[in-house]
This record gives sequence, C-alpha cells and structure tokens, in this order.
Amino acid sequence: MLRDAWLIASKDLRVEWSSKVLTGQVLPFGVLVLILFGFGISPDRRVVEAPERAVLEQVAPGLFWMAVLLSALLALGRSFAIESVDGNLDALKLTGLDPAGIFLGKGLAVWLELVALEVVLGAGAFLLYGAPLGHPGLLAVTVAATTTSVAAAGTLYAALASGLRVRDTLVPLLVLPVLAPVLLGATLATEAALFGPAGDGWPWAGFLGAFALLYLGAGILSFGPLLEET
Amino acid sequence: MLGVLSAVGVAALLLFGLILSPPDVAQADSVRLFYIHVPSAIVGLYLAFGVTCLGSIIHLRNGSVFWDLLAGAAAEIGVVFAGFTLVTGMLWGRPTWGVYWQWDPRLTSTSLSFLLFLGYLAVRRLDLDPAVRSKRAAILGIIGFLNLIIVRQSVQWWRSLHQGSTLNPVDAQIDGLMLFSFFLGLIALTSVFFWLLLHRFRVAWMEHQIEAASVTTALAARRSEAADYDGLAGNT
Amino acid sequence: MTQPGNPSPEAGPTSARPTAASLPVVALDGAVTLLGGFPALAGADLRVQPGEIVLLEGPNGAGKSTLLRLCAGLAPLQQGSGRVLDNDLSDRVGRRRVRRAVGLLGHQTSLYDELTVEQNVRFWARANRAVDTDIEPALERLGIGGRLRDVPVSGLSAGQRRRTALAVIVCRRPHLWLLDEPHAGLDRAGRDLVDDLVRQAVAHGATVMLSSHELDRATELATRIVTVAGGRPLERGPSPEPGPGSARTCTGSADAA
Repeated sequence: MLRDAWLIASKDLRVEWSSKVLTGQVLPFGVLVLILFGFGISPDRRVVEAPERAVLEQVAPGLFWMAVLLSALLALGRSFAIESVDGNLDALKLTGLDPAGIFLGKGLAVWLELVALEVVLGAGAFLLYGAPLGHPGLLAVTVAATTTSVAAAGTLYAALASGLRVRDTLVPLLVLPVLAPVLLGATLATEAALFGPAGDGWPWAGFLGAFALLYLGAGILSFGPLLEET
Repeated sequence: MLGVLSAVGVAALLLFGLILSPPDVAQADSVRLFYIHVPSAIVGLYLAFGVTCLGSIIHLRNGSVFWDLLAGAAAEIGVVFAGFTLVTGMLWGRPTWGVYWQWDPRLTSTSLSFLLFLGYLAVRRLDLDPAVRSKRAAILGIIGFLNLIIVRQSVQWWRSLHQGSTLNPVDAQIDGLMLFSFFLGLIALTSVFFWLLLHRFRVAWMEHQIEAASVTTALAARRSEAADYDGLAGNT
Repeated sequence: MTQPGNPSPEAGPTSARPTAASLPVVALDGAVTLLGGFPALAGADLRVQPGEIVLLEGPNGAGKSTLLRLCAGLAPLQQGSGRVLDNDLSDRVGRRRVRRAVGLLGHQTSLYDELTVEQNVRFWARANRAVDTDIEPALERLGIGGRLRDVPVSGLSAGQRRRTALAVIVCRRPHLWLLDEPHAGLDRAGRDLVDDLVRQAVAHGATVMLSSHELDRATELATRIVTVAGGRPLERGPSPEPGPGSARTCTGSADAA
C-alpha cells in the first residue's frame, strides 16, 4: 500500500514539476487572494476594543486559511484533471495498484503541494497583515492537521467528481461545506497560536487531528468501491 | 392511510399550535413557530438524512436499487425540510433578535447541512451511468451524514465559546400544553415525511421500472441492427 | 510465468479439439452491457480458446470496443454471464483479477502529457508490477528508445503515442491482449510491428483479440474472424445461425478462417 502510494505521489509531483501549474498559477492566485482580502477589509481599520491593533492583523488567521482553501481547490482540481484525460483513470483501474495506495498517494502529493503553498502564503500573510507568533508548536500542529484534513477530504471528494464534465464546478460545492468545520477549527487554533493563550487552541488542534484521521479512513475504505466501478 | 394520518396530524397541530397553546411569557406568539421549526429540523436533518445514510450503506453492501432510490428520495425531502427549518428559523429570529440572521449555532449548522445535501443531490443528478452514479452517491450519502454531525458539533462548540447557548425552546419551565403541541408537531411532521417519502419513492421506482422495461425493447432494436448488416455483407 | 517457445499455443486453434484441461480464455453467454441505458452489447455469446488471434470486424458502433472493454473488466456486465481467464466478470474479486491480467490498447493511450516517454513507460510498468529489466527492451522494440525517449509525450505524434502505449503493454506481459484498432494511426513499419508483437505474444502463450478496419492485414494475422453487429458477435462459417441462447454451437469451433 505505501509503496503504491509513493509511486503515485512521485508521479504526481513529477507531473507538477514539469508543468509548473502549481508555482505558475495556483501560488500567484493565493497571493492575489491575500491582497484582495486587504482591499475588502481596509488595512486602516482599527479594532474597537483595542485601537492599537489593526482589524486586518486580528483576522489574519481566517484570511490566511481562506486563501489556502481556495488555492487548495485549484490544486485538487489539477490532481484529478491529469487523470481524467486520455483514459488514464481506466489505465489506473487496470493496474494491480491498491486503491488505498492510490488514495494515499494522490493525497500525499496534494499534501506536499499544500505545505509548500502554506509556507509562501504564510510568509505573505505575515508581511501583508503583520501578526506576532506566540506559540510555534501549536501552529505547526495546526498546520499539519489542517493540511491533512484538506488533502484527505479534498482527494476523496475530487475523486467522486472525477471523470465528469462538470467536475470543476462540482468539487467546490462538495468540498467547501465539508471543510467548513476545518476552516473554523484552523482559524481558532491559529488565532490562539498567534495571540495566545495556547490553551484555547489545543482542543481545536485535536479536533482537526480527529477530522484528518476520519477522512483518511473514509478515503482508504471508499477508494476500492470507487475504482471498482465499471 | 399515511396521507390521512398526515392530514389529521397537521390539522391538529394547527389547532393546538395556533389556538389552544398559550403564548410564551418572553416570546409571545412567535413561540408558535417552534412547533414546526424544531420538528422540521429533527425530521429533516436527522430522520431524512439518517434514512439516506442507511439506504446508502445497504446499497453499497448489496447494490440494492430499492435502497438507493429510497436514499435519494429521503435526501430530496430532507433538503426541503432543512430549507423550511431555515426559513422558519429566520422568521422567528426577526421578532426575537431583531434581525433575520444571527450567527446562532443551530441556524448556521443547518445552513451548512442544507448545502452539504444539495451537493449530494447534485451528484445524484449527474449525467453518469446509473450504477456508477448510485455508487458515488452512496459513498457521499454516508460521509455526508457523518459530516453533518461534525458540522453541528463544531459550530455549537464554536459559538458556545463566544456566547451562551441561545434560547432553548424546550426549556424546563415550558407549559404542558406547549410541550404537547411540540410533540404533536414532531409526530405530524414525521408522518408527513413518510407520506412524502412513500410517494416520491414510488415515482422513482416506477421510473426505474420503465427504464428496465425499455431495456428489453432496446435490446431487440439493437439486435435487429445485425440483420441489416448481415444483408449488406452477404452482397459483397 | 509464460513459457517461451511452447509449441502448443501456436498449434492451438487448428488442433482437432482443445484438450479437456484448456478452458476457454473468454466465455461470454448472453452478455448485456448497458452504457447510459443503451445496450452497447445485446446478448453477446463468444468463446475464445487459448492461443487464438480473434479479429473482430463489423460496422462502426457495432459494439466491438465495448466487447473488448467488457473482456478487460472495465465495461459493466448487466445480464448474462462472462468469464475471462477463468475469472467471473460479475464478481468484484474476479473483475479485479481480470483487470490485472489483460493488456488493453484502447482508442486512448493513457499517457501523462507532461512526462517523457521513458517516465511514462516506467511509471505504468511499475504500476503494473512489471519487471524493471523489461522496460529497456520494450522501448527499443517499439522504436522509441532513441531520441524520443526524453521527449514529453505532449510533443509526440499520434503514431508515436501509440507506440509508447504498446511499450507499456509489452512490459505488462498480459495473458490476454485486447487491441482496439491497433493499426490505426501507425505507419507501415508500425503496423508490421504490431503484427509481429501479436504473433510473438501468441508464441509465448498469450491470446489476442483485436478489432481492425485494415481487413486485408488483419485477416492474414487472425486465426478466426468474428463479425460483430447489433451488439453481439455473429459466428460465421459452417455453424448454424445462432439464435439467442444457443451459445454452445460456437464452442471450440475455431476454424472459421
């Protein structure tokens, strides 16, 4: 299973490496979203209870994760677009690859792409919105758990919509309501990691971890029936 | 039978809900909305989508068309009930909070669940091979129900950190007649749900039968293509 | 797994009767495949014995491609029964085994545009649990081992794509080759190469089903011709007109050519 996963993931990353869609399109899109949020919420606006702080700084965690989520939709669409052409999905069904391995492999590739994206967008959010970093440990756990949740749930739902002409419009409709609790948890945990106290964030980080495990399990179980279909 | 029960139930609900039960001390007459709002939330979100989840599980296990169609029918009605819950919730919110939308945990999570199952229905309507479509819908139906619970819990948790739980309709100090009206609403709407489910399912089942019957004629038509070709080939 | 130089498969189809031990590679009885409600296959009966090269011919839309996809375990079997390589097509596990054991060349080539020829062949060969040492000879054999090796597939011509797809199948060493118009889009040398590959595979114990509109070439290659029309194979030759359900008549009678 893990060997198959690595085979698929390395293939996906190699395709990404040579097509440069991630670095050339998805990443600039994410940065653009960050800047546009700045337009939507005026950078000069101050928090009423604490006038020394900008509103933008205070809502930075939510905006960052929204930008990640929107970029992730593009990365997920891309992950299955490369399988949907030229009969590749059929060919995958004809291999002896473990369906769970295919799920983990595609998810792993998306996970690595998202982490790269988050590093850049995180640096961008830090520059544009400016926020202190109180608890790096909590932040790291939050980022890892959130990314796993997005990659696992996203891969599962993108697979459900694969091979369809309406895929590009269907995936956001399916994925976003599902990831709403993840956005909620990631935002609150990140807020706690930046502004403290960390105690407020750890339960949410735990929730994110549980969500990630649940969707990893769901994906491992349901990829078999999905690939079995004729 | 179920239709009559539904009609009687709804009539009784109107009688008790609108006339016989007393107005609430704090909320006056707007409390009457709860006799349909809360039952429709329970029926729409848990009963309807529970049936969808159950049907999906059985369909995945043995490929039963019956349960697949039942799951689809339940989800369609569930979405209607969820939409109804949202509308009545907002109508109740206007006199109570002064605004139609408050980030109330129940209302917020209901709107997300509503969207979640709109996605499920979108998958059911895809232009796909029926077997493939029902398999994908079944997977979605199961995960969707689990997700509905996650959404509700997380949103509740989120709001409870910021403010106290919003007004609970079934408080301890509730009047006996009010409690009765509430349970009456639950029974009446459950009956309405099963009545609608029965009819929606019957339509879907008949559509399925028509499709199955048309296969036989389609097969004959397809085979007769061969006769034309055989004749052509014989000439050469 | 396969024994090179085993003489019996070459003689297989023309021998008086198959030995009791040799089960048919493909056995379809009244197979119905519905694609979006349309019966692409309308009660197909077919027997293919080990070592045969069966040519499927017939008009466009007759069901040849669907027949090949059904034998690959990719098209659904709604009615009737089907066994391929002694695995049940209506069974989940059987279908998985069939998928792994066949080599299907469809209209599509199943290649990743962004990867080079070699990267594509290497990925699919590994995914198919092929031996790594098979990759190099396969590239050479298909004439894509030289300059083309490091060219991204998006830069290939249609014929070169097909050669790459064939290289994947060669690495895969399938027991049953399912070739959907393998001659299409190839130059003369390429078509000769396809025929060579088919003969070689059969000599090594494989069985082949192919569809082609290059009838002269394919007739010479095939050991039996099956006409497909109206969603099912019509057995030609001495066997009586097969009505629905009289599948047994064509069992073993593989001498139509």
